[in-house]
Amino acid sequence: MTNKADGEAVPQTRHGLAHSLEVASLRVPFRVKVALVWAVIAVLLAVAFTRSGFDVEWMIEKAPAIVKGAWVTVLFSVIAITGATLLALLGALGRVSRNPIAYGVSGFYTSFFRGTPLIVQLFLWYLALPQLAQGLLPQEYAQWFIWPAQVAGIVGIAFNYGAYMTEIFRSGIEAVPHGQSEAAEALGMSYRQRMRRVVLPQAARIVIPPTGNEFIAMIKDTALIGLLGTTLLWADPFRVAQLTGKADFRNLEALIVAALVYWGLTGIFSFFQRKLETRMSKGYVRTVPA
Amino acid sequence: MTEPMIRVRGLHKSFGALEVLKGIDIDIHPGEVVVLFGRSGSGKSTFLRCVNFLEEPTTGSVEVAGVEVSAGPPTRQRKSAIRDLRIRCGMVFQQFNLFPHMTVIENVMEAPLRVKGESTADVRDRALALLVDVGLDDKADEHPIRLSGGQQQRVAIARALAMQPQVMLFDEPTSALDPELIHEVLAVMKRLAETHSTTMVVVTHEMGFAREVADRMCFFHEGIIFEQGTPAEMFAQAREPETQRFLDAVI
Repeated sequence: MTNKADGEAVPQTRHGLAHSLEVASLRVPFRVKVALVWAVIAVLLAVAFTRSGFDVEWMIEKAPAIVKGAWVTVLFSVIAITGATLLALLGALGRVSRNPIAYGVSGFYTSFFRGTPLIVQLFLWYLALPQLAQGLLPQEYAQWFIWPAQVAGIVGIAFNYGAYMTEIFRSGIEAVPHGQSEAAEALGMSYRQRMRRVVLPQAARIVIPPTGNEFIAMIKDTALIGLLGTTLLWADPFRVAQLTGKADFRNLEALIVAALVYWGLTGIFSFFQRKLETRMSKGYVRTVPA
Repeated sequence: MTEPMIRVRGLHKSFGALEVLKGIDIDIHPGEVVVLFGRSGSGKSTFLRCVNFLEEPTTGSVEVAGVEVSAGPPTRQRKSAIRDLRIRCGMVFQQFNLFPHMTVIENVMEAPLRVKGESTADVRDRALALLVDVGLDDKADEHPIRLSGGQQQRVAIARALAMQPQVMLFDEPTSALDPELIHEVLAVMKRLAETHSTTMVVVTHEMGFAREVADRMCFFHEGIIFEQGTPAEMFAQAREPETQRFLDAVI
């Protein structure tokens, strides 16, 4: 009984204030509030940077060199995602195959490349593969496996992401209802035709969002290639930022620029990914959104 | 009597320890419409799917329009014989199974183009004519999702017919449809049987359709053809009490 009296008496005024705040807040659109939160975070960061002696002039002067490295990132990513997609397609067909060789090889592939660290794999391609080749092949052929850091890096990333994407593609293929393949079979279509004309186009729609996520992750992981060692011509934003930042002891400024470059690239790609997803939904939604 | 269109001999099918088909022998003649009926689990759908080898029979043989395939390992030669046999059999499924990423006309044209390698112009003309037949030429460029179930099933029938098969297999073609859409599909099937005298094997519970269209009805029970006869015989008085009980239950 007394509790009830307290409950009514004391918070009454507080409740009134909270209530009017809540009412006022309801009039502000959610998006405006979120924008405000972002603005506050930006201000806090700006204050923190300024107080730590952030050298804006240095940053503006050196930024172009770092941003220029973006083309390396884009080039490496595009080559690597192409390779990874091909590997994943073969891998996924192996995973759904009843052929023991195809199934076994693709199983080994995904197990090893998903089960070991990417950075270890990069060094395996760069340093360990030449040794293996030297032990197995005559000198003139062994030399073919001594690759520049960029080549080893791109191959390494393609194989690693191909293994993850194999599982994505496999689940995409398995998500296509069995009746689809059966209908194609009843029409006399061969295994190849069923896959190419019926199953894979439908699986493609299913795998595009997760594959886009893999590509975004890949854009960022190309920064690891620099760790194998690289020339200035092939230096990615992270590598350039490391070198220039270290030289002038402006690591914060340089690395922030590099981070912004990667952030911008992934942002641009996310935009196109959303466009593509809308386009691919044709045939699956009754009314196409305007 | 002419050569049978479909000849099935000693067909057995087991799923693991479960024997679903325990020896099916049947001859189906050109132009004949055969309705298969029976309880679920009686083997009627499994039998239909064995005819075009969507299910691999455990033992036995199937001959369709002169192409004979026996149970056996999937050798290259046998696979190509199965494809030959399938080209002679159109099949319509309970769930329609239209290709959702293709338009209606692309669905109908796909197999003649890819499997038979016919020219696009020829196939397009034939596909359009078939869509006119099933009353859906105005939907040619729609995707299947925009169609009702009954419309989708009619497209599925046109898709099967586009291969100019000698036999049509129907696996419960109206079971997934809303009651008011069943009629339009049955009407297309009836016209197929009567005006085109297509050889048809139909698994269905639509006894009205069976009475009107079928030449023969086969009652499946526990993996064998338990009883068969003309609809007139069946509906007047089935010989077996088991068949009569089922008919009493579904009519």
